[in-house]
Amino acid sequence: MKLNERSVAHYATCDSPPDKTGFLFKKGERNTAYHRRWCVLKGNMLFYFEERESKEPIGVIVLEGCTVELCESAEEFAFAIKFDCARARVYKMAAESQAGMESWVKALSRASFDYMRLVVRELEKQLEDLQEGARGAHGKSRSFRKSHHQHQQQQLGASSSRPKSAVPTGGALTVSSAGTSTPAAAPVPCQPEEAHPQTGHAKENGVAWSKPSALTNGVSETPGVVWDADGGARGEGFRPPPVPPRRRGGSGSAQGSLESPFSPETSCFSKLHDWYGKEVAELRIEWLQSQ
Amino acid sequence: MRFNEKELVSLSRQPSERAAELGMRGPKKGDVVKKRLVKLIVNFLFYFRTDEEEPLGALLLEQCRVEREDDLAFSIAFLDEAERKYLFECDTQEQCIDWIDSIIKASYEFMRKNLIFYRTEIHRLTGKDPLEQYGISDETRFQVNSGLPPLPAPPT
Repeated sequence: MKLNERSVAHYATCDSPPDKTGFLFKKGERNTAYHRRWCVLKGNMLFYFEERESKEPIGVIVLEGCTVELCESAEEFAFAIKFDCARARVYKMAAESQAGMESWVKALSRASFDYMRLVVRELEKQLEDLQEGARGAHGKSRSFRKSHHQHQQQQLGASSSRPKSAVPTGGALTVSSAGTSTPAAAPVPCQPEEAHPQTGHAKENGVAWSKPSALTNGVSETPGVVWDADGGARGEGFRPPPVPPRRRGGSGSAQGSLESPFSPETSCFSKLHDWYGKEVAELRIEWLQSQ
Repeated sequence: MRFNEKELVSLSRQPSERAAELGMRGPKKGDVVKKRLVKLIVNFLFYFRTDEEEPLGALLLEQCRVEREDDLAFSIAFLDEAERKYLFECDTQEQCIDWIDSIIKASYEFMRKNLIFYRTEIHRLTGKDPLEQYGISDETRFQVNSGLPPLPAPPT
């Protein structure tokens, strides 16, 4: 099977921050002695080099789906990277100290993409919950969210990187939102320290681009009027504007037109737009008067 | 460079984030568009001949640039050899947009940046480090880069 090896090797040595580096002994395949290798862990890839100064890695172990176990060995501080597939190779490794071994085992067993994704989704939900709490959202979705939230938190404690034990289905996450966020659309972090060309439609993954003014999950740079961690805007008696009421038959603003009282004519968008615009204007007046 | 091919092939059989038959053209001069089953799994893009079990190849999606080429096509190029582009042809504009979006989000680096953003934001709003409860707040990979407000050291 082909692999974009040159680019993978480039990833090993490029300036993206490694998650862990250090010397490890690695048992060879043909030559079954342990060889001392300089190892670089980046994401779910463990690269190994002949020397610390080597320009290119000898090889890489893709860690997705692996488990890391301590193993019995004549070699001290030994552990093994194992995979769940047929005829999979067991990678026997040994660290140079007890602390080194523990540190590597911990890092490698949490190195999977799935684990990272789990943590990101968990934090994403936490942020959504914080923002919804600020908007005063209530309703039965809350209890579902809580129990699902706890379930996810338990899974994060697991140290195995085996995907099947850890990942909740993405579908379940969408139920809890109050309709203002799209879990699939992650917000774009704005990191000023990276300079990169913005050419037309080109987007580089792993590199931030400038944050749009309105992100789908409601995250914004400037503290909104409703939520301010320092308590600035939260004056006494201040409350957020009410959510527009669900359209119901016979409610409020009679348009006196051909549309049914239940809903405006939906075939003409501009009419629909005007109808809602009037409703919003009325609500705004109502709200301002109640302040 | 050696890599654990068996395990990678096994990974290509896992459930994918996104899979479709697309036209695919390699980066070399003279490469032509061929129909391939393309599967996005974690940070790899696997491609198969239709109805074959073993993937023809895999692309690791780190340090790459995804570009819209025209209405129905996008390309992937790797930062170390930016002129060499892999081209993918979709059936609809929507499919094209969806693929671009998925691939951009498929890198470990992208997730790391999001995580750091969420961590910083939650900390800003609550004063608490959300990673502490999982015991992973001091892992190197989750550290905030320079340029963002530093977080206080976790209590020892």
